[in-house]
Amino acid sequence: MRQKPELLTTAGSIEELERLIQAGADAVNIGHSEYGVRLPGNFNLEEVKLSVQIAHAKGVKIYVAVNNIFNNAQLETLPSYLKTLHDCHVDAIVFGDPAIISILKQLNITMDLHWNTEMTSTNYVTANYWGTKGATRMILARELNLEEIQEISGKLKLESQIQIHGITNIYHSKRELVKSYMGHIGKKETENFDQNRNMYLVEYERQDLKLPIFEDENGTHIMSADDICTIDVLDEVLEEPVDSVKIEGLLKSIEYNETVVRCYREAIDLYFEDPDSYKFKPEWLEKIKQVQDPNRELSYGFFFKEQVY
Amino acid sequence: MTVLTKKSPGSTKRKLEKPELLAPAGNLEKLKFAIHYGADAVYIGGQRFGLRSNADNFSIEEMRQGVEFAKKYGSKVFVATNIYAHNEDFDGLEEYLTQLEEVGISAIIAADPAIVNTALKVAPKLEVHLSTQQSTMNWQAVQFWKDEGLPRVVLAREANMEEIIEIKDKVDIEIEAFIHGAMCSSYSGRCVLSNHFTDRDSNRGGCSQSCRWYYDLYEGDEKHPMFTVDEDDPFTMGSKDLGMIEHIPQLIESGIDSFKIEGRMKSIHYVATVVNAYRQAIDAYMDNPEKYQLKQEWVDEIHKAANRPLNSGFFYKAPGAGEHIYEAEDKLVNFDFAGLVLDYDENSGMATIQQRNHFKVGQEIEFFGPNGTFFKQTVTKIWDDKGNEFEAARHPLMTLQMKVDQPVHALDMMRKKNI
Repeated sequence: MRQKPELLTTAGSIEELERLIQAGADAVNIGHSEYGVRLPGNFNLEEVKLSVQIAHAKGVKIYVAVNNIFNNAQLETLPSYLKTLHDCHVDAIVFGDPAIISILKQLNITMDLHWNTEMTSTNYVTANYWGTKGATRMILARELNLEEIQEISGKLKLESQIQIHGITNIYHSKRELVKSYMGHIGKKETENFDQNRNMYLVEYERQDLKLPIFEDENGTHIMSADDICTIDVLDEVLEEPVDSVKIEGLLKSIEYNETVVRCYREAIDLYFEDPDSYKFKPEWLEKIKQVQDPNRELSYGFFFKEQVY
Repeated sequence: MTVLTKKSPGSTKRKLEKPELLAPAGNLEKLKFAIHYGADAVYIGGQRFGLRSNADNFSIEEMRQGVEFAKKYGSKVFVATNIYAHNEDFDGLEEYLTQLEEVGISAIIAADPAIVNTALKVAPKLEVHLSTQQSTMNWQAVQFWKDEGLPRVVLAREANMEEIIEIKDKVDIEIEAFIHGAMCSSYSGRCVLSNHFTDRDSNRGGCSQSCRWYYDLYEGDEKHPMFTVDEDDPFTMGSKDLGMIEHIPQLIESGIDSFKIEGRMKSIHYVATVVNAYRQAIDAYMDNPEKYQLKQEWVDEIHKAANRPLNSGFFYKAPGAGEHIYEAEDKLVNFDFAGLVLDYDENSGMATIQQRNHFKVGQEIEFFGPNGTFFKQTVTKIWDDKGNEFEAARHPLMTLQMKVDQPVHALDMMRKKNI
C-alpha cells in the first residue's frame, strides 16, 4: 500500500506552529513577507531557526515560502537569505521565480525545492521540466480537476502537492489597487490595507460572493469567495497518488485551523488504516461548519469541474 | 542601421540599435496592413495553443501566405503559443510546432516550459521567445531563460525603465517590452478571476476581463459598503492602456530590442494607425537623435485609435489612482475606417476607393498612409463603378471613384470621425 500523504498547513507565529503540530500537521509552511507572499504571519530568521527545532523534535517538517515574483533590487539579499535558510536546516523552500534556481546554483547549495506559481502549474510535462531544474515537488494549481490531478500525479517524477481545504489566491497585482481607489474617492492614501483589515469585494451581479482583498508590500491580493473543503469526499481525493495535501490557513483564526487540521488528521489516518472500510464521519463536517464563516461557502473548488476556454 | 549616441544608460558609449517594431495581427488582412504600415514583425495566433480563443486566428495555410507577404517587406511573423497547457493540450503540439517551422514562422511566443521545451526539441529553426505570461521581472530569471536556450524574453509589464536597463546591462539577450495597448492589472498569468466567476480558463484564452467589472469594496462586517456612497465610483481593477509614443528616445536608449504593440483583437484601423505613428517616431529618432522632436501629430494619431485613456504603465512610477479607470468612461472621440485606397490616377486626381464603412458627400474625412499621406478633406463627389454619381457609400466593400485633394497611394486609408 502506498504512503500516507503528508498533511501540510500554514502558521503565522511560533504559537500557531506549536498548536498546529499538536493538532496533527506533518509539515508547516512559514515565511516572511520580504520574500514570501500571502503568509498568515512573519517569521524572522531567529524564529525560523526556532521553528525548525520545535518541528524537528516532533518529526514535523518546515517549509519556507520564498514565492514572490522578484525585481532586481530584491535579488540583492536573496543569496544570504537562502543560505541562512539552508543553514537553519529548513526542509524545503517554496518558490515560483526561476531566479531562485540560478541563485542556488551560484551558491552551490542543494535544497528541496517546491515549485509553486499558484495558478500556472497545470500539467505533468511542465512539472517534470521543473523537476529537471531542481524542483523536488510540484504544487499543483487549484484550478485542476481530480482527473487532471490523477494523470499528472501518475506521470510525475517529483512529489506532488494539492490543496484540500481553505482559501485560494485568484489574482495578484503589483499595483496598490486599494490605495489607488481610496485616492480616487478622496480617502486618505496613507492607511495600510493589510490582511487584518478584513476587506472584501462584491461584484455587482454576484452579491453572494465576497472576495477578500488585501494589500501589502508585494501588491494587491484577491482571494476566492469560497473555501475548498473536501472532508466529505476525502476518500476520492486520497485515491490520487499525491504526496502532500495542504490546508491553507490564510485569513483564518488559529482555532479554525486547529479544528480543520484535527478533522483531516483523523480522516486521513482512518482512511489509511483500511481504505476499503473507510467511512466519512459527518461529525467532521459538522465541526468544520461550526467554525466556518457563514458568509463563505464550503466548496469542492475545481476538483469535479470542467472549464471552457 | 546604427548611430552613435551621447547618452547611454551603461557606463560605456554604445551603438544605438534600431528596435524592432512588433505589431499584433488578428488575421491575414491585419497582418498585411501591419506590415505595410511599418511593422518589422507581427505576432499572430494559430488555431490552438494561443491566448485569444475568440480571435480569428490563422490556419497553417494562412500563416504560409502571411510569411510570404512578410518576406517581401523583410518582416517576420511570430506565433503566440502562450497558454499554460493542461495535460489534454499536448495532443498534436509537436506536429503543430513542426508545421510552424515548415511554413517559415520565425518565432513562437511561449509561456509554458512544456511548450518551450517541446519547440526547442522538435523545431530547432523556430526561435522561442518567453511570453510576458511568465511575468519575468529580474535579471537572474532572464539569465535562467537565456541559459535554457531562449534568444528573447518578453518582460513583465511591471518592470520599470531602470530595471529594464539593468537587465539589458547584465544579460546578453534580446528584450521585448510592451509599449502600447491594453494591460492586465495583475501579474500576467497570475489571475484566475474568469475561472472563478465564469468557469472560463483565463490562462487558456478564456479571459472574461473580470478585472474591468464593477465591485463594491467592504470592510469588516459592515452591511453597507463603507466607501461607496451613491456619488462615488465603484471599485475596479481595470487599468488604463499603455501608450509610450512620447517616450521613444528613452525607450530606444534603454536598449529594448523589440517594441511590442498589444491588440490581436483590435481593428485594422487601430493596427495601421498605431504602427504608422510609432514607425515615424522611431525612424525620426534613429535618423537623427540630436534633432529629434516629438510631433504632436503622432500623439494625436495614437489617440484616434485609442479605446481607453493612456498612461506609461510601470516605466517611470508605480501606477496609482490616475492610472486606473473608475468612472464610466467618456467615449473618446474615435475614428472609423471608412475606405481603402485601391488606386490613384495622377492625371485626373481621382482615387479608386473600396468602401469600409458608411460615408457620404459633405462629410469631412481624412487620408493617412505609410508613404506620408496625411490630409483632411470634404467628400465632394463620388461615383460608382458604372460612373453614376451618388450621395452615400452604404454598400459594404463597394468600389467607388472619388476626387481627392492630394495624391494618395494604394493601401492608404480613409477614416471619418465617429458620430
